[in-house]
This record gives sequence, C-alpha cells and structure tokens, in this order.
Amino acid sequence: MAQETKVKELDRVVIRFSGDSGDGMQLVGTIFSNLSAELGNQIITFPDYPAEIRAPHGTLSGVSGFQMQLGANDVYTPGDKADVLIAMNPAALKVNAQFIKPTSVVIIDTDSFQADDLERALFMTGDPFKELGLSSVQVVAAPITQMCKDCLEGITDNKQALKNRNIFALGLVCWLFNRPLEIVEKLLSEKFKKKPDALKASLAVLQAGFNYGHNIHASVSTYRIETKPQKKGFYIDVNGNKATAYGLIAAAEKAGLQLFLGSYPITPATDVMHELTARKELGVKVMQTEDEIAGICTAIGAAFAGSLAATNTSGPGLALKSEAIGLAVMAEIPLVVVDVQRAGPSTGMPTKSEQTDLLQALYGRNGESPAVVIAALSPTDCFDSAYWAAKLALEHMTPVILLTDGYIANGSSAWHIPDLADYPEIKPPYVTKELLAQGWQAYTRDAKTDVRYWAVPGTEGFMHRDGGLEHDFIKGTICTDPDNHQKMTEIRQSKIDKIADVLPFQEVLGDEDADVLVVGWGGTYGHLSEAVADVRKSGKKVAFTHFKYIHPLPKNAQWVLRKFPKVLVIEQNTGQFAGYLRSKIKGFNPEQFNRVKGQPFIVARLVEEINKLIKN
Amino acid sequence: MNYEAKDFKSAQLVRWCPGCGDYGVLSSLHKAMATLGVAPKDTAVISGIGCSSRLPYYMNTYGFHTIHGRGAAIATGVKVANPKLSVWLATGDGDCLAIGGNHFIHAVRRNVDLNILLMNNKIYGLTKGQYSPTSARGFVSKSSPYGTVEDPFRPAELALGARGRFFARIIDTDVKNAPDVLVAAAQHKGASVTEVILNCVIFNDGINESIINREIRADKTITLKHGEKMIFGKDNTKGIVQDGFSLKAVTIGEGGYTLDDVLVHDATTADPTLHLKLALMDGDELPVALGIIRNVDAPTYDQEVEKQIAGVQAKKPSRTLRDYLLTLDTWEVN
Repeated sequence: MAQETKVKELDRVVIRFSGDSGDGMQLVGTIFSNLSAELGNQIITFPDYPAEIRAPHGTLSGVSGFQMQLGANDVYTPGDKADVLIAMNPAALKVNAQFIKPTSVVIIDTDSFQADDLERALFMTGDPFKELGLSSVQVVAAPITQMCKDCLEGITDNKQALKNRNIFALGLVCWLFNRPLEIVEKLLSEKFKKKPDALKASLAVLQAGFNYGHNIHASVSTYRIETKPQKKGFYIDVNGNKATAYGLIAAAEKAGLQLFLGSYPITPATDVMHELTARKELGVKVMQTEDEIAGICTAIGAAFAGSLAATNTSGPGLALKSEAIGLAVMAEIPLVVVDVQRAGPSTGMPTKSEQTDLLQALYGRNGESPAVVIAALSPTDCFDSAYWAAKLALEHMTPVILLTDGYIANGSSAWHIPDLADYPEIKPPYVTKELLAQGWQAYTRDAKTDVRYWAVPGTEGFMHRDGGLEHDFIKGTICTDPDNHQKMTEIRQSKIDKIADVLPFQEVLGDEDADVLVVGWGGTYGHLSEAVADVRKSGKKVAFTHFKYIHPLPKNAQWVLRKFPKVLVIEQNTGQFAGYLRSKIKGFNPEQFNRVKGQPFIVARLVEEINKLIKN
Repeated sequence: MNYEAKDFKSAQLVRWCPGCGDYGVLSSLHKAMATLGVAPKDTAVISGIGCSSRLPYYMNTYGFHTIHGRGAAIATGVKVANPKLSVWLATGDGDCLAIGGNHFIHAVRRNVDLNILLMNNKIYGLTKGQYSPTSARGFVSKSSPYGTVEDPFRPAELALGARGRFFARIIDTDVKNAPDVLVAAAQHKGASVTEVILNCVIFNDGINESIINREIRADKTITLKHGEKMIFGKDNTKGIVQDGFSLKAVTIGEGGYTLDDVLVHDATTADPTLHLKLALMDGDELPVALGIIRNVDAPTYDQEVEKQIAGVQAKKPSRTLRDYLLTLDTWEVN
C-alpha cells in the first residue's frame, strides 16, 4: 500500500548511524553514502569515533557514529542535526539525542533496549525516549536482533547472525530512502569477496531489513532526495586524508620526482601514511620511523637527496618536529609537513577536531624561521592543497606546513577524479650548466624569487655543504658575520613573501555591497558556506571570504578585509587567525566568534552570530 | 676512475683545535674514499652537531651538517631515497649515543647501508667540557664536579644489541691502518659502525694514553683480522684463548698454552656472542680489540625497499595516480 506512505521531498537530509564501536556503523554508513553518491547526490560524511578502541559493550563511552548529509546541491557539511537516527542500543540513543531534530525518525533495535541494556546506558526508567524528552520523534522499534537470527537460521549460528544487525539496519534505511538494493549488493559483494558465507548472510539480512520496512511503511515518513546533474567523468568517495595522499602523489608525478614520506603513527593523521605506503605500484617510498623527529628527518634527508619529501602528523607531533622544520628553513630544503589538527593541548582529545595549531605552524620555531602555511578547506580540497603545498615547497625551496584537521581528514565526499593535465606544472629550480659557467655557488639565488638553486647529490660539479648553521650569503659556507645574518634573515623572509606573487587572489563570495564580511580559514569552509548561504536565503546581505593561503597571505587580502565596515572572523580556536590578521594589518580589529569543543560548528549557531552583527 | 685523497678535500679551512684527533680521522677518510673510488658527486657525508660533526665541511662531496642527534635519521632518508649514493655519517659520542641514541639504534637495527663513524672522545667538546654517555663512572667534568654516578654506554654493546652486522674500531692517529678499516666499513652492505678511539686535546687530553701510548700499545691492543689467530704483544707472543665462558689473554708457551689454543678470528659468523666479548675487552686484563670485529652479511633496508616496490610493480599495472584511482569503486557521470 505504497500510496499511504508519507513521502517527504527534501533538498537535504541528515542521517546518523550510531551504535557500539563494534557494531559496524562506520561500514554501513560508508556503504550508504557511496550508494547515494552513485545515485547522484551531493554528500558530506563525518565519522565520530570514540577514543577507546573497544569500550565496554553498551556503554556511553563506546558509542561510535557516522553522520552524513545528502542533497541535490548546497551540501557543504554533514549537517547539524539528524532527520534520521539509527540507534543500535540505548547508549547510542542517549549520546545522540542532542544531535537529532524534534521530529526525527529514530530506528532502534528493541532487542537491545531491554532492562539491563538501559541500565548500562545509565537510564533511570524503562522509557528512554521520555527520559530524554524526545516526545515528538517517530520511532521505528524493530526487533532487529531476533529478525537477524530468524533470517539466518540454518545459514549461520547466532553469533554470526548478530554481526549482521548493522546490515539489517542498512536494508531498512534503504527502504526509508527509496534506494534500490542492487548497488548495495554490489558493494557488499566487493567487501566480502573472499568470504562467500558472510556475503550470503549479509545479502539475506539486507533484503530482510528492506522487506521489514516495506511491511511497516505506513507508520513513518520516507524520503526522496532530488539529484542533480554533475560534472561529467569518473567519481569516487574520498576522505581528506586519502585526498592529501593523492595530492602528494599527483605533485610527485607532475614534477617527475619520487615521493618519500617519513611518518610516525598519530591520530588522526595516520591514514595518510596508510594510503601512501600501499601505493608501491606508483613508486612511493614510505618509512614508518622510530619517532616523529625521525619522520621529518628522514624526509629532510630524502629531500636533500632529491625527492619530493613529506611528513605527516598531528599537533603533538608538529611540536616534536619544530627543530627539524627550522633546519629545512635554514638549509632551504623543499619539504611538505602535513598537520592534521586535533583538539589539544598536549594529548588533548585525539579523535576530535580543532584549528588550534595555526600559531604553532606560523611561529613554533626558534629564531626568525619563516615557513609557508596553507590550510585545506574540505575533504576534496585536501587534494588541491597538498598539490599546491608540494608545488610551493619544490619551486621555492622551503618547508610548507599544510594544515588540515580531524574533521576534513575523516569526513568524505564525492570527488571528481582529476585530469592532471588541468593542474599547473611543477618545476623545481635545478642547477644548470649555465649557472656553473656563471660562477654558481651554493647560495646563488634567482633574483626574481630569491630562491636558491637545487643541486641534487649525484650531479657533477655542484658538490657543496649545507646545514643548520648560518650561511654566507653567496657561498653558503658557515658565517657568523653580523651584517650577513641580518641579510640572510631578511632574504629568508622575502623569499616567502614573494610567493604571494604566484598565489591566486583572495575571492569574496556573496554580497559585495554587504556591511558584514564573514572570514574563515581551513577546514571550516563547509560550515561557513552553509551558514552564509542560509543568511542570504533569509534575504539579508552578507559577504564571505575563506583563506587557504595563510603565510604568505594573498596579495589582495588587506584590500578585501578593509573593504567591509564589519568583519567577523570565525574559527575553532580562541582567535589565532584573527590575532594574526591584526598583526599583519595595521588598525584592523575584527569581531570574533570562537568555539573549541572538538566538534564541528553548528550551522544554525553561526547563522545566529552573523545575524547579530547584521542587525547591530 | 682513479681518485686521490686530495679529490675529497674541500677548500674550507679545517677548524678543529690543534692536536685534535679528528684531523687523523679526516685524513684517513680522504684516503679511504680515494681507495673506494666512488666519485665525490656520488658521496654524501651527513652529520649531527658537535666537534666531529663539522667533518662534512672538509669534504669535497655533497655534505649536510644537520641538527643535534638527528644525523642517523637524516642519513637514513638520504640513502633510502637514493641508494646509489655512498652515505657516511660523522657523529660523536654525545650526538650519537645521548641525544641521538634512538635514531642510532634504529638505523643499525634496520640495517640501512650507512657508514657510521662514531668519534668517541668520551667528552662534550663543543659545549666545553661536560661528561658524555661514554664517560667512565666517577668521571670529573664541569657538569660532574664530584664525579658521575652513572655507568657509561659501551658503543659496541648498543650496536650489537641493535643487531649490528658490522662493528670495527680504529685509533684516531693511526692513519696507517685506519683507512683499510674504513674501506671495509664502506664496502660492507648495511649499517657499519666504526668506533674511533679519539683524543680531545683540550677537555679530555690523554684519556686513551693507557691503551694507545706507543710504548704499550702492542700489549694493550690487538688488531683482529678475519681468519687469523688472535695474536698480539710486542713480540707477538701473546694470544687470546677461550677459558670456560670467558676469554683470556695468555702468553704462548706459558701455562701449558700453545699456538693451537689461540682463537682464530671469525668476523663473519652470525652469532654475535664472541664478537661482543671481543669488542668489550677493555685493555685491563684483555687488550682492546681494533680492526674489524664483526662483518656479517644481511639484507639492507634500502635495497629491500627497492625490491618490494619492484615486486608490487611487477604485479600491479597502475603507474599513474589516475590509472590507480580508476581501479577503485568509481561511478561515472555522463
């Protein structure tokens, strides 16, 4: 009786899968997002892991979630609050109650909502919905565990059957969103390629979940999400860490260099190493080193030897690498340092996201030690940002710190596989025979860029000694002359400043004639874009600019920032970028909105802040 | 191509203290490199921080004077990135065994094909006279005015404890024998550690006199040669024999010991037990061992990395990023 179903046509919908960290919520979340992307939705996803690998079963600390927003267009974030929550146990319901809309559809497994389950999640009564004040949600109370067992009777034992609860939920969600099962079946077939028994069970349970939804369809809303034609070509789903890895590979390919990564595992940056170390067919060399310092030092050695070299880390690791970044600054060696920011200080909250390493990246070294700092905007922009980080490092012989964050590193969205022909050339300033004839010395520079030439070991005629001691301005030999140090300090800075000559201009989006300019940087691009779009939809005028290039700033940055009467800098720290802008632009004093909760911004809250400024 | 020692000398004025043991090491290294015949352009000398780490400036090769303790990690990166280079690491007891201890043991454990020159003068010279991790217990210095209350590292123990496959020892001033040892160290495929018994003429002068003084050197040291009897002494009348679980120095023809009892050196045996015993002989009851103590073949990290990549490439056809990405779960929009 499909005609009785209440079908909601939506632009955008937010879904949150949630359960124990062992319940496989990340897997079904990923499958559902891939399926929706394949059908032509725009998608942003965000996994929310607990810090513990496996917390005690059914407890609040063990809840693992996977949120996604899908829609036809204007999808920039995984969404504030969920339209649909799948809660595999009471703990998942409790933890996520704050993340759902009042009229959400909530799917629960009644078999795991028994008295002792409620007790483990610290509920005081037998009615968790009432206790949480969720009076208007539409509950789909399904005996998922029992139905899995029934469905798989004679196929697998009960233990195995329980492992398929997540797939049952997935089947149910597919029905809820009018998704055909064929694509899911294909994805599961790939997942369980080598486990035919597990595949058989999962396909059976998937269908059972779908059928269950069909049989109870009259009682809840179902959804239809519009799709929109996209740019032609091939797409994959990619998260920020993978995109970062791909961007580095692309740059090495374009520059005709070997890619080397020196790395030490650290949350949430390790997946960059995982991806690169698996890409041996592309000739990538990866060393898992003994510590963070060796991670960057092997990379510096590889760069000295002529590779495109990188190291990846998160905040505490960046602190450990500080001295070595200073060496790369001093010896003028190309190097990419990827910092996937997490909530700090110290060990902080490793699985949570923040933008609190900006000042560390800019200034966290001894001496006057300027390096390039750039920040990726979104999961897919990690590709472009990593590519540009490598390009700037190689062409300007400098360390480049690329700031991403846990949110965009783990968040994913559909990505158009690029054609590298569309990307700019990468041409390192190698030494040439002509230079030798002109009397090349180790610190001879290109007058236009102030960049020294790259003499790679193995090249005849260019043997030289480099190092961390101050260099003679021309010869590059050890020099402690006072005027020489002044000159060298200035040229190391001017070399970085001149990079602004090759950077794109800072763009202003939205209303050029607005009174208020919203300013952001890095991984909050999605949330700020959505908030600005929402404000404009309500008929108000607002302008928006989001920074990727931080040091140096784009050449027109000052002009852009001074053009608007009121400026609001929004960032996930206590005001690091705002302070940096104040230090760079005389008399500039923007308003700030800052949050450091380790969670992505809530778009509605940003809209509120922007509106406050527009009204005043 | 034939090279001479001077082909490896840079134009830089050498600035160690007059009488410093580093001069001897530098001279031996120039000679060894000429013998090796690897072109200066294909040679990279890496160092950390300290007196001995100034060495790359005096080489007409590619050189990199880096940061304190990190030379082993940086040299590792150089060699892994380009295994065709002959990579040397100049380091001292503080640089290598204190601040850089972690990188040293891991470079040795991985068996990266590096030639590590560990110049051990048991003192911090550049910071002007503090005790080092190889200074003897009770050693009095500016930072230990009442003597240290800690035991030193013995470099061989660390190197072999980290599964080192090559360990040798030379004397700084012994420019006659040292070059041959350095040549062997370079020819060894894998991490080689050559400990240099070094004198600091300013802060620790004469520390090695009780061993290397010309009058007594023959009795206080033994130069080991693979396949040869462990004989030493002014008149070659002394030998090393096995005595239960220990080694013992004896005079041949006395106490019932004959030449047949004297051990024959085997540097190539995989078992490091006797190598360690030899390396720990300290000049007291037993002579200090010089020359190549251990020289065992094993796969090197840098070559294994190359092999693994070649192996994967033989099986997987993608050579560009785009080719690879198209093998993933893609969907097409037309």
